[in-house]
Amino acid sequence: MITAGIDCGAKYTKAVILEDGQIVSRSLALTGFDQSEAVKQALEKALNDAGISRNQVTAVGGTGSGIRLISDTDVEVNDVKAIAAAANLFFPNSHTVADVGAEHGRAAKVDEAGNVVDFAINEKCAAGTGAFIEAMARALETPLEQIGALALTSDKSIPMNAQCTIFAESEVVGLIHAGTPKADISKAIHDAIASRIVSMIRRIGVNPDIVIVGGVAQNPGFLDAVRRELGVDHLFVPDQPEYAAAVGAAVVAAKEGK
Amino acid sequence: MAEEKPEFWRWQESNWVNPEIDWTKAEFITVGIDVGSVSSQAVIMADGEVYAYGNMRTGSDSPSSAENVLKFALDATNNMPRERINYAIGTGYGRVNIPFSDRTVTEIACHARGAHYIYGNQVRTVLDVGGQDIKVIRCDDKGKVTNFLMNDKCAAGTGRGMEVFADLLSVPIGAVGDRSFEIGAEPRPVSSMCVVYAKSEATGLLRKGWKVNEVLAAYCSAMSERIYFLLERVGVEAEFAVTGGLAKNRGVIDRLKKRIGMEPMKTKWDTQIAGAVGAALFGYALCRKGKGRHR
Amino acid sequence: MLAHYGYSDGSGKYLITIDTDQCNGCGECVNACPAEVFEVLDEDPNDPFREEPIAVVRRDKNKKVKYECGACKPPTDRPPLPCVTACERGAISHSW
Repeated sequence: MITAGIDCGAKYTKAVILEDGQIVSRSLALTGFDQSEAVKQALEKALNDAGISRNQVTAVGGTGSGIRLISDTDVEVNDVKAIAAAANLFFPNSHTVADVGAEHGRAAKVDEAGNVVDFAINEKCAAGTGAFIEAMARALETPLEQIGALALTSDKSIPMNAQCTIFAESEVVGLIHAGTPKADISKAIHDAIASRIVSMIRRIGVNPDIVIVGGVAQNPGFLDAVRRELGVDHLFVPDQPEYAAAVGAAVVAAKEGK
Repeated sequence: MAEEKPEFWRWQESNWVNPEIDWTKAEFITVGIDVGSVSSQAVIMADGEVYAYGNMRTGSDSPSSAENVLKFALDATNNMPRERINYAIGTGYGRVNIPFSDRTVTEIACHARGAHYIYGNQVRTVLDVGGQDIKVIRCDDKGKVTNFLMNDKCAAGTGRGMEVFADLLSVPIGAVGDRSFEIGAEPRPVSSMCVVYAKSEATGLLRKGWKVNEVLAAYCSAMSERIYFLLERVGVEAEFAVTGGLAKNRGVIDRLKKRIGMEPMKTKWDTQIAGAVGAALFGYALCRKGKGRHR
Repeated sequence: MLAHYGYSDGSGKYLITIDTDQCNGCGECVNACPAEVFEVLDEDPNDPFREEPIAVVRRDKNKKVKYECGACKPPTDRPPLPCVTACERGAISHSW
């Protein structure tokens, strides 16, 4: 069976084509201000890349903050359900998944079948989301793609006092003026967001084999900070973790689609 | 480019003296220093009456800000030597770093006590909206705190949040209040509380064709909602007083007034000195208990 | 006095309230809290005329209570909070 999954996120819209549990293609479009256009683009490109036509697709699963506004989907998949399904597909032994995107942080406890047992979400405060790192990268005048790797070069622990993204921006500027090396500031930034995500994971219970997905899971500085904060040796991160919710939507569409 | 941008946030620093008070006749001279995130005040009291004060921007660190603002207040006096001070109390965000203070008291206690002096003993609820925090304080007829809440974790509803918007929309911060009423129908408030998300929401609204003044109105309205939400937690009891920089923004205050159905109290004093006045009053009370420095 | 510590942000309201008229500064909350959120001070920083010890939320924890208290607050099947249980005088309450 072929299904598609679309995740219309705050920043990017992701589409995935799934055939019998295997990812056939992935594609990405900037969400911008026209979500339905982004969804259309992402889906068409994924279909083209896979060489599959729309009518070969049994069902399209949609998820993400913008998905309610568009009509291309057959199955609307709850965000938490989507990441739970994806985590279960990638790492069947795992029972905890955290998803950190541009404007959200979520954590879910997952059972053997990939169903959600418990969850926690934050999509109302930027401090625990990718938007925090993005704002800090701007304050640090470092490209977003490099800020995580920069953090790995520091072994200092500078505490950040500000919790709010807006106040943390001024704090970072203050640290720069005080001559603090950028690598140390970058590590402080990642430690700060990691502590928020880990506390969310702790709330739903830390089970072994913790899976981290979402766009922020591409950031090595973030992953390292989460690993240290959790006190584990290894985190499970799928290849191209930003597509996880789209993959999960396709998995759920295969189960629940027509 | 950044240097050429007009600094709309700048306000006038000032010092003041009451010429009718003769400090040489005072039994106790007490000082209150309030080092805030944005501004610092020093109030010099002669036997519990405000004799002189200074109000300045906070500098790069708390010790020098405290030192400078005390000097600024002393400059206004009739040559009162610094050694004459019997007791100095520090308050505010930077209170722990004031080298010459005899002790510290939180801004909560100082604001209540100061508002009681500035507004009189009818004041029961004090709302202070500063650069980086919101304080809601309930007090009794003696200026003693009975209930308080301070939010300094999140920029939503603070002066800083308003600065971010003034900057985003290129509107001088002093003009925000008036311009937010130069609109047709009152728009719905910006829905995101988080300033980061509110910013993207505002960008989206502009893209949809909203006018700058409408976006300002939507943000002022969201801010008054945010402040109302915190006020509600503690409860508003008449009389009600507003202190801090945002007291000067009618875009937020007029909308808040409507929401709570209460008119804020008026005073001849600069409301920014409330915290330092409270600190100096505590110093006076402690001196009367025999705890002051004697020379 | 009702002292509300903690904060509210876009994600919710996270307030720990200490009723200072009830608190006798015994310090049981300090011992009970696994996240070291509380401390007992010799005098109330919000009431300079009170001269008995008082429990407060530590200044460095104040802006993080949502996270610090997280471990005691699982989303389902929440057990009684250790700080609230430890306080014999019922002076501590949480808003969330």
